[in-house]
Amino acid sequence: MTAIDQNAGAPTVARRRQPNPVLAFIRFQPLGAAGLLVILIMAAAAIFADVIAPYDPEAIDFMAMLTAPSWEHPFGTDAFGRDIMTRIIYGARTALTIGFVSSFVGCSLGAIIGVSSAYFGGRVDLTIQRFIDILLSYPIIVLALVVVAVVGRQPIAGIDINLILAIAIPIIPRVARVVRSAALAIRAMPYVDAARAGGYSDAHIIFRHLLPNVLAPYLIMLTAYVAQAILLEASLSFLGLGVSEPKPAWGLMLSGDSSNFYQEAPWMIIFPGVAISLTVFAFNLFGDSLRDWLDPKFKT
Amino acid sequence: MKALTLLSAAAVLLALPAAAQTETPRRGGVLNWAIAAEPPTYDCHATGTFAVMQRVAPHYSTLMKFEPGNYPNIVGDLAESWTVSPDSLTYTFKLRPNVKFHDGSVLTSADLKATYDRIINPPDGVISNRQSSFVKVASVETPDPQTVVFKMKEVDASMMTNFASPWNCVYSAAKLKQDPNFPAKNVMGTGPFKFVEHVAGSHWRGERFEDYFRKGHPYLDGFRAVTMSSSAMTNALAGRQVDAEFRGFSPTERDRIVRALGKDAKVQESSWLLHMIVTFNTEKKPFDDPRVRRALSLAIDRWGGSASLSKISSLGVPGGLVRPGSEWSASPKEMEQWPGYGRDMAANRAEARRLLKEAGQENLTLTLMDRNIAPYVTAGIFVIDQWRQIGVKAEHQQVELASWYSLQNSGQFEAFIDSFTQFSDDPSNVLYKYASYDRSPVAVHRATDRELDALFDEQARTADKAKRIALVRRFEKRLFEQAYSVPLLWWQRIVVMNDRVQGWTMSPTHMIYQDLGDVWLAEK
Repeated sequence: MTAIDQNAGAPTVARRRQPNPVLAFIRFQPLGAAGLLVILIMAAAAIFADVIAPYDPEAIDFMAMLTAPSWEHPFGTDAFGRDIMTRIIYGARTALTIGFVSSFVGCSLGAIIGVSSAYFGGRVDLTIQRFIDILLSYPIIVLALVVVAVVGRQPIAGIDINLILAIAIPIIPRVARVVRSAALAIRAMPYVDAARAGGYSDAHIIFRHLLPNVLAPYLIMLTAYVAQAILLEASLSFLGLGVSEPKPAWGLMLSGDSSNFYQEAPWMIIFPGVAISLTVFAFNLFGDSLRDWLDPKFKT
Repeated sequence: MKALTLLSAAAVLLALPAAAQTETPRRGGVLNWAIAAEPPTYDCHATGTFAVMQRVAPHYSTLMKFEPGNYPNIVGDLAESWTVSPDSLTYTFKLRPNVKFHDGSVLTSADLKATYDRIINPPDGVISNRQSSFVKVASVETPDPQTVVFKMKEVDASMMTNFASPWNCVYSAAKLKQDPNFPAKNVMGTGPFKFVEHVAGSHWRGERFEDYFRKGHPYLDGFRAVTMSSSAMTNALAGRQVDAEFRGFSPTERDRIVRALGKDAKVQESSWLLHMIVTFNTEKKPFDDPRVRRALSLAIDRWGGSASLSKISSLGVPGGLVRPGSEWSASPKEMEQWPGYGRDMAANRAEARRLLKEAGQENLTLTLMDRNIAPYVTAGIFVIDQWRQIGVKAEHQQVELASWYSLQNSGQFEAFIDSFTQFSDDPSNVLYKYASYDRSPVAVHRATDRELDALFDEQARTADKAKRIALVRRFEKRLFEQAYSVPLLWWQRIVVMNDRVQGWTMSPTHMIYQDLGDVWLAEK
């Protein structure tokens, strides 16, 4: 069969159908899609915990102390008879809330500082970068421990604001350093010079011209640092500096009585450990795939 | 849980060292034992923590002491004999002859006077935690170098117990004259062991004092108290790096050590003169309302909590203000009549809800301050769960020890998980915690209740035991009605050690029998 070109004689324009970006992401980044699926499941669990959790996460049931996994308690119970599956579902709420908020605060402040440092340059850049060098010299967990020890706790509506700060602060210098390097290239672009010549304020140039152009590395780091933040929250809670009992939190579920009963009731540490590992793994997979997806060099 | 119970039963059976006690004590060896927490001072008079007591006890003597193996009978330590006048207003003690301090100087009645004067009237810059125990002493006299006489302003039924307090370490008068704070930084007494060194965060070492006044004692060449965290202690004992820990383990820690040591484990269990308390800040609304405090106490199922929490923590039986099972304690039947101790929890909680409604606090939310270690956290989780069942929401604020003290002493709390321990069951020692705040700095509920104070004073001067017990019951009844501070559960003391450690005496308090003068190491 011969195709008849209806537009014969007219200039030919290649009109390739744009693939659905979600389907394309799933096709080209299957591991990242799997990570995203796990994240979505966790997020759904966190949002609908009140509906899907079979028990009250804080209700003590002495008749069910240290019960092994069963149909009634699929992940078993802890030393207070609390259902571990329920506490993991509610723990997702704690982990994702603190993880997302901490990562968002840390990455946003880090991006603003990094872009400002690159834009102003000179002594401002020098001063900011040396201060960032100092902060970067501390391992992330040590810096978080210092912050939480200094600022203490400030629970507002069940969320410890100071814990979020303690996790966000170590993220700031790391993001600032990466964003600064991206912003240095953007600062040299003609449109930035044009904006400056046009008499726009520094704030206008930073927020309208520089920050939108570092969105790709910002999004990648935001995803990656959610995993870091979840891990940090779990570590701080494990050390007794994060979320307090009886609130359900994965790191907290690994400490306290778990260390006394892990031989008799290994399910007390296995399931929260799996939840932490799986979520962190999922965020890392998704973050890596997102980086590949958004980076033109990787696309080629 | 069944396996745990069987293991616990086996452990208790192992606690019967009858055969070993008939053996002849063996001289020699160094006892390595574990202790948590660093001592904030070396001065017995200035503190109440076991971190000081267990380290310094081997270096000091006291005037009287509790008889090893026969608590609460009192015998002489430095006192060879004593008399009490018929009106109970004069106590005369004859001291043992030729007792030497570790610097070679001979102990006389002047050292006793200097020591007790320091406790009763501390000079500027000296802290005396036991001052209130001796407020009824009019004077300390020394008619000759071997005699010390205490004249009383009025009768104090607790005086002999106070003289046996392990906290009244006898110091050298000469050293106190040079520096009244000498004991805060130096350790020099007449006890069985001389002080060698304290390396902060690492260890405390003592060696045998050859001139100790009990001939043939101590048996050990020395001891080494190793500082470590509670979790490290379990592993250290299980791994035979230390031979003992004298404060106490939880049932699960006991089971882990027994599993590791097998037949070499020795477990000794007792009730403990240490109890968990829920204390309300009566200066803060709505906790100034007795209905609210009483409702919160009524909501707690002490009997049910005890049965379960005793399997997973050091928390044990319910009790009043004096140790359950002691000669001063109420029976369980009597306890059931107190608010918050009835076994019908549905009725208790209905009454609690009614009281909250009456007080306009149906949607009460509060912050429960707590320490961040076991079994405090366990108690906090339990209490919060109990309060949820009457619609009260509590935020669990867990803090370090220093903050815990600081917040309670400054009144920056609404309610907190409190605890109290003493060296003896004597009612004056323990009821003191619940008197008015202006009389007792440890009564951190911050209330003033002259009815309680009057009952406290009356029992303190009542020598007749039956009448005194009746007064203790009246004190308890008044306190439970007002509920400024309410006991939660009493602790169970579980001491686990390597069976090679012999001659140590178990007691309901971890503050006594720690001079190690009778302890020896069996050959294994």
